[in-house]
Amino acid sequence: MASVSELAIEVHALRKSYGDFEAVRGIDFHVARGEVFGLLGPNGAGKTTTVEILEGYRERSDGAVSVLGEDPGERSRRWRARVGIVLQTTGLYRHIRVREALAHFAAMYPHPRAVDEVVALTGLGGKEDALVRTLSGGQLRRLDLALALVGDPELIFLDEPTTGFDPAARRNAWETIRSLRDLGKTVLLTTHYLDEAQALADRVAIIKDGRILIEGAPRDLGASAGTAPYLVAYRNGDGHLVRRETDDPTTLLHELTGDALARGERLDGLTVTRPTLEDVYLELTAGDREAEDDARVGDA
Amino acid sequence: MAEVAGSVRHPASREGTPMSGVVALAWRQYRLERRLFWRNPSAAFFNFLLPLLFLAFFGAILHGNQHDLDVIVPGIAGMSVMSTTFTALAFNMVFLREQGVLKRIRGTPMPGISYLLGVAGNAVTNTALQIVIITVAGRLFFGTGWPRDWFELVVFVAAGVVCFASLGVAFSHAIPNFDSAPAYVNAVFLPVIFISGVFYDAARAPGFIKGIAQALPLKHVIDGLSGAMVKGTSLAANISALGVIAAWAALGVALAVRGFSWDQRRG
Repeated sequence: MASVSELAIEVHALRKSYGDFEAVRGIDFHVARGEVFGLLGPNGAGKTTTVEILEGYRERSDGAVSVLGEDPGERSRRWRARVGIVLQTTGLYRHIRVREALAHFAAMYPHPRAVDEVVALTGLGGKEDALVRTLSGGQLRRLDLALALVGDPELIFLDEPTTGFDPAARRNAWETIRSLRDLGKTVLLTTHYLDEAQALADRVAIIKDGRILIEGAPRDLGASAGTAPYLVAYRNGDGHLVRRETDDPTTLLHELTGDALARGERLDGLTVTRPTLEDVYLELTAGDREAEDDARVGDA
Repeated sequence: MAEVAGSVRHPASREGTPMSGVVALAWRQYRLERRLFWRNPSAAFFNFLLPLLFLAFFGAILHGNQHDLDVIVPGIAGMSVMSTTFTALAFNMVFLREQGVLKRIRGTPMPGISYLLGVAGNAVTNTALQIVIITVAGRLFFGTGWPRDWFELVVFVAAGVVCFASLGVAFSHAIPNFDSAPAYVNAVFLPVIFISGVFYDAARAPGFIKGIAQALPLKHVIDGLSGAMVKGTSLAANISALGVIAAWAALGVALAVRGFSWDQRRG
């Protein structure tokens, strides 16, 4: 029990089926308090289903889940006051003003943050008196975040917070999300943008077809992906690019360079690299064209 | 993990912080709904002014014909009960569901019942305002005088509100998306107001129409309102009408609760 209070989220053998379709097929992970955890995967991987179970919106088919020490299926009022939720798509009254909406939501919570503070935190300054229907898509998304923060929750769920943003808006959103970590909040983030997970998350789990394929800190994932830790690439005598994976780059380089020198050839473009999270992601989610496109777009 | 779920831990400073009560939050939601209602001109027009325009229009046509005016005033009052509750709530619930507002609210500590009371209270306020205006117009312009039995008027308006509000929420479950909401709602609302004798004396209608009207709640609301506002027939005389309305209300509440969905439909 001693370690339990250090964990904001615990998920064990979680399953969710819709009829014959199994959207989540037995996943385990945990999120420590104060951590930013990223669930990364292509569309349809089971990210949103998982998060909506943790948010208390969906019932699980099997497994055990604890969020802030409670079963989210219970959805007690006290528990809901400790959790902030930014859903993938949510609307709001069209004729409400930004400040009015924030004040209205603040009143639902026992210890809300000041509206002006939340406005500043989410970059909505100057829009306090604007009607929601006049806000741009990016501003609406900020308001989503502001509404989730105004109750001063301990844990914040962000389901694809920057999908559809232009690059500048994404960088701004990232800054805001980083500031949540500075406030000591726990954040569970889902995204299908690789660079977003890399930029924001302390730890990442890559999820596909309802299973977690790999989990760890973004910088460690490349090396522990089940692929060889080093990639050696060069052009052979015909000019073709050759890629070889190895656990032991010293020996491989010795062989390659020895052979090349014996033949009087050069190894043009010789590189030795460790696979990045992107390589891992693309390899693990291979066969899913959409995922590759997303990852590349996200990386651009 | 079971014991984990059982142990609720909060930072000490947050222990025992009181949360706003169910009624206080319902009142807050109600006041917000009222402000937003007047801020949205098209909603205000269709929910509120359209029945009054009908009243003015028919009042002008039927000017001098007291028998028909005595029919049209309680008829429009009955239509107002239905439009401010059934029509408005069916629209609103579909909009709130499809926009994700319901889901967003569900993720906050606001009790669901507070929210629904606020939304329904907004609709009922519109009903009350319209009944007041129709009553005053009846006295000032249409020669129907003040209602004969105020208590009976309140009883039938209240019964109609509960019946049509619950049916409106129940009907919203059958509407797949907001784009189709006007078609669905009018497919029910328009036939019902014509069949139920809003615009003419139902006693003159052909037998099969009378039979259908007899089975639906609006005719009975109008009968009760007519008894209260114009004819002076007692509540006891209209008790069977109240029974039909109550039966529809029971069906409406059961269906409204049973099919309720906070989340938008998928696919």
